[in-house]
Amino acid sequence: MSHEKMTYYHQQLLKIKETFYPKDYLCRQVIQAKQYMDEHYAEKIDLPQIAREAFLSTFHFIRIFKKLYGITPHQYLITVRIKKAKELLRTNSNITEVCYSVGFTSATSFATLFKKISGISPSTYQNSSH
Amino acid sequence: MKIKLTSVMVDNQEKALTFYTDILGFIKKTEIPLGEHKWLTVVSPEERDTVELLLEPMGFEPARVYQKALFDAGIPLASFSVDDVRQEYERLEKLGVSFSMKPTKMGGATVAVFADTCGNHLQIVQV
Repeated sequence: MSHEKMTYYHQQLLKIKETFYPKDYLCRQVIQAKQYMDEHYAEKIDLPQIAREAFLSTFHFIRIFKKLYGITPHQYLITVRIKKAKELLRTNSNITEVCYSVGFTSATSFATLFKKISGISPSTYQNSSH
Repeated sequence: MKIKLTSVMVDNQEKALTFYTDILGFIKKTEIPLGEHKWLTVVSPEERDTVELLLEPMGFEPARVYQKALFDAGIPLASFSVDDVRQEYERLEKLGVSFSMKPTKMGGATVAVFADTCGNHLQIVQV
């Protein structure tokens, strides 16, 4: 497609992509690691393991992930786990059980992170969604 | 303060309701007649209790200039989230929707832009 046929918006988008985003193959590798987190959030996965999914060193992976998504891979993994926890809390009444089943290892940190991300505690969320 | 509503300006509310429900798949949430126009909102069937989209009648002449300028530049007035941009692109294209930008990778996201037949471009995003 020639640049004349593209809308102004399309052209601007491609310009931003060329200027600020890493090469396509690097993006693909990082997306792959993100999808790995989407699927394996419930397991004990650590950063070097996730970075390996992207075929990158841990340091390099964190840097590119942050560039693409605006948050670190660790922060992303937490948001995925909290999102899944919310789904489970609608049907499961045991908060501790939900906490462990989405991959958290401490009920205290689960409650803190849940509140930080959702603005309300797991129990308040549960009561309001019934 | 909560974010409960956002809006798109449409040239015809009836036509807009048909496009946003029959083609895009949203469902009508509120319809309150107000003389010539109405308070008309739609929601996503997947999230009925969150943000509503107001199909706002184009009743202010200068806004037409703004809307047309955005449209001519291909700039989307609103952006919606989908699980799979390519699949949604194929579904909409079969229904006759006109795309000004086919699915395009943007870093960690994939985006596409189409016309809503009511004067706007809309964007779909997969993250």
